[in-house]
Amino acid sequence: MDVEFQHISKRFGSVQALSDVSLTAKQGTIHGLIGENGAGKSTLMKILTGYQAKSGGDILINGEKIALKTPDDAAQIGIGMLYQEPMDFPHLTVLENFSLGCPVLSRERFAASLKHLAFAFGFQLAPKRRVELLTVGERQQIELLRLIHCETSVLILDEPTTGISPAQKALLFPALKKLATEGMTILLVSHKLEEVASLCDEVTVLRHGNVTHHTYAPFRFPELLEAMFGAVPEQKEKPVARATGNAVLTMNNIQAGGERQGLELKNFSAKSGEIIGLAGLDGAGQATFLRLAAGLTIPEQGDMQLFSTKLPTSKKASRIAGKLQTVFLPADRLEEALFTDISLSEHFSLRDPKSSFWQKTETNRQRAAEAIKTFSIKGQYDDTADNLSGGNQQRLLLALLDPQSKLILLENPTRGLDIRSGQWVWEYLTQTLSPEACIIFSSPELDEILHYSDRILVFYDGDIVLNSLTAETDHGSVAAAMTGMRS
Amino acid sequence: MLRIERPVCSGYATEAQTIMIGDIPLSVLVASVLAASVPLIIIALGEMITEKSGVINLSLDGAVLFSAMVAFVVAKESDSLIVGFLAGGCAGMVTGLIVGYFSIYLHLSQVAVGFALSLLCRDLAYFLGNPYSRVQGPTLISSKLPFHDMLPDFLQKITTQPLTVPFALGLIVLLVWFFKSSRAGLQVRSVGENPAAAFARGLNPNRIQMLTVLAGSFLVGIGGAAYSLSLKPGWGRPQGAEGIGWIALALVIFGSWQPSRVALGALLFAFLQVSGIGLQSLFPTIPSQVFQTAPFPLMIFTLIIMHYSTSKTRKHGEKDSGLHKWLGILFMSRAPKSLGKSYRQE
Repeated sequence: MDVEFQHISKRFGSVQALSDVSLTAKQGTIHGLIGENGAGKSTLMKILTGYQAKSGGDILINGEKIALKTPDDAAQIGIGMLYQEPMDFPHLTVLENFSLGCPVLSRERFAASLKHLAFAFGFQLAPKRRVELLTVGERQQIELLRLIHCETSVLILDEPTTGISPAQKALLFPALKKLATEGMTILLVSHKLEEVASLCDEVTVLRHGNVTHHTYAPFRFPELLEAMFGAVPEQKEKPVARATGNAVLTMNNIQAGGERQGLELKNFSAKSGEIIGLAGLDGAGQATFLRLAAGLTIPEQGDMQLFSTKLPTSKKASRIAGKLQTVFLPADRLEEALFTDISLSEHFSLRDPKSSFWQKTETNRQRAAEAIKTFSIKGQYDDTADNLSGGNQQRLLLALLDPQSKLILLENPTRGLDIRSGQWVWEYLTQTLSPEACIIFSSPELDEILHYSDRILVFYDGDIVLNSLTAETDHGSVAAAMTGMRS
Repeated sequence: MLRIERPVCSGYATEAQTIMIGDIPLSVLVASVLAASVPLIIIALGEMITEKSGVINLSLDGAVLFSAMVAFVVAKESDSLIVGFLAGGCAGMVTGLIVGYFSIYLHLSQVAVGFALSLLCRDLAYFLGNPYSRVQGPTLISSKLPFHDMLPDFLQKITTQPLTVPFALGLIVLLVWFFKSSRAGLQVRSVGENPAAAFARGLNPNRIQMLTVLAGSFLVGIGGAAYSLSLKPGWGRPQGAEGIGWIALALVIFGSWQPSRVALGALLFAFLQVSGIGLQSLFPTIPSQVFQTAPFPLMIFTLIIMHYSTSKTRKHGEKDSGLHKWLGILFMSRAPKSLGKSYRQE
């Protein structure tokens, strides 16, 4: 079946996730859909499965306009999706997962069909095993077999290789190629260019909800990278690199859980005065790295030293890190850093290092009022934190931050901020705070990282794949490392 | 504690040996445990069905009293036990409808709605049932099996039971089959596990949850009716079914959301309650209150054991062998994964 998207648009509240997206996937081909995080790939696919409603545009199957209100409508036509996070039932068995949502069959028939299909694709699945005990790759295999069993003719794969082993990947790819030659239409959503290159016949690139590129195999990577991440920006005036001093943070043979792949790194050290940018696609390990350094995530193996003090592997770690003047500003400010229903002055009260039974209301009001002035926060001292805009929340956090901090960990420091607020934040970090402080930050904006950091670490699937001085690398090679291409 | 007594004075019954527990013969004990557990089994299974779909109906305790009252009043007015039981079931279903609608469609907190409704139902039951307090009404009497006379004395005593007993036993079998083998049962479980995934596979989670809640609360109502029409006939304040709803909620956890284990828990609880009477005469020095209240702390104690064995077993996975494995099988508790969370379609 040919699938045609015509001028699809989708709004979430005030956010335009997709605008005027048109593309055609032809029967018997594998059509790649690439783009960075938040480009709108998954949203477009969820619209095709009827999981989410579109705001505008049409979907045509074999030239006929169709309405997709629920996943059931899509399944009737033969559209099935393999979701990025396994959409299954962990407590149920393999066979039960396999037989849910398919045409009515007896249990024996399901069992026979599962066995037959698993054999044909070389998957090893024990029907009675509970799915929660399986790996992500195996759970995906069940889903894939189920979709084939349900006579799916349009198969959508959303990042099918996240969290699966290379061996499982080696089984999956030939299976997909075989399905395409048998007449299936396959849509592959990915941000890993190598995979796309080895599988796809055609590629469409999305960026900020728009189609920026469409091309056929063989692909030219620089062209695709540019369409994904935007044109290489003109060189802006770069801040002068700062003087570096002693080691602030050292990590040795660390292994930690978290995000999709956890995090594994041999050795790493950051010096005082350094500004280090962490690049990588969402969930590649940057968030875990920052939380490790803040003592919020406890490593399973390896050791860490903060200012030559060994960080304990217990819940005490974060308190000790705090005492050593390490601060962490998370991306989700309201969830992890501020208190929704507590006022600005009360936030200062909470941070007060001296312990006393009473709150010093007046003093803290004054402090808050001062901070409002110096940090130009748009709000009053008795406003609650959730009444502030994203930019003002970040200003408040910076105001709460101890100016003597020696290690500052920032997760996406300019998230939700307009350009001017973002510049203000960086000015404050680099100019007002002590130049001896070490700043480590992650950001989804490659330009921000290239512009502000002295050193860049690139994360990919839980590993650091690039560790280089900013001066010695460029836009292209960082983007390539982010998408998993070996340089 | 167990002793075998040979009745001395009965000349012809020398063969008959009666096992006694305290002052109660074993056959009487078994019969009364069965009878006492019936409403509890039905109520706990009703709640279990509801929770399997991911909805907690916390109005259980009030719903039991309310349906007991409705069942008694309707049975008395219509002079029909069947109509009484059905009315009880419908009364239960009304509470399910309220909890279901508020939590599934309006996304309000299941706990808050259920708890408030529980108190409301209890007071409503006392208020509306007041004119029927301490009034004689129809009662479901024990009936004999058709081949009653062919059975030995021991079995005769056990099998002479009201019809609610075979109903409860049949219900256990039916539910084991339903969740294990039927397609609908699998769909209910899938919704309780992961409604978003169920939706992605073309099911309608909200409708499935609502239907399940209605079916489960209908059973709860039947269980309530089994109190006022059979086990503790009549209506009054207190009725005698107070607190049973909370026990049923605990039994569902104890039973790990499996019909057979939930029923086993109900039997165990009834055994503790009934044998309390027998044990009291064996240990006259212990105050009687101890035996009356013992089942409740025991219940809490079991839940604690279950908590620990569950977390242990989780950690070790299925590779475990020996004691751990058996503890796991006996005490492992696995709640439906999205229990208590309301599902909002994207």
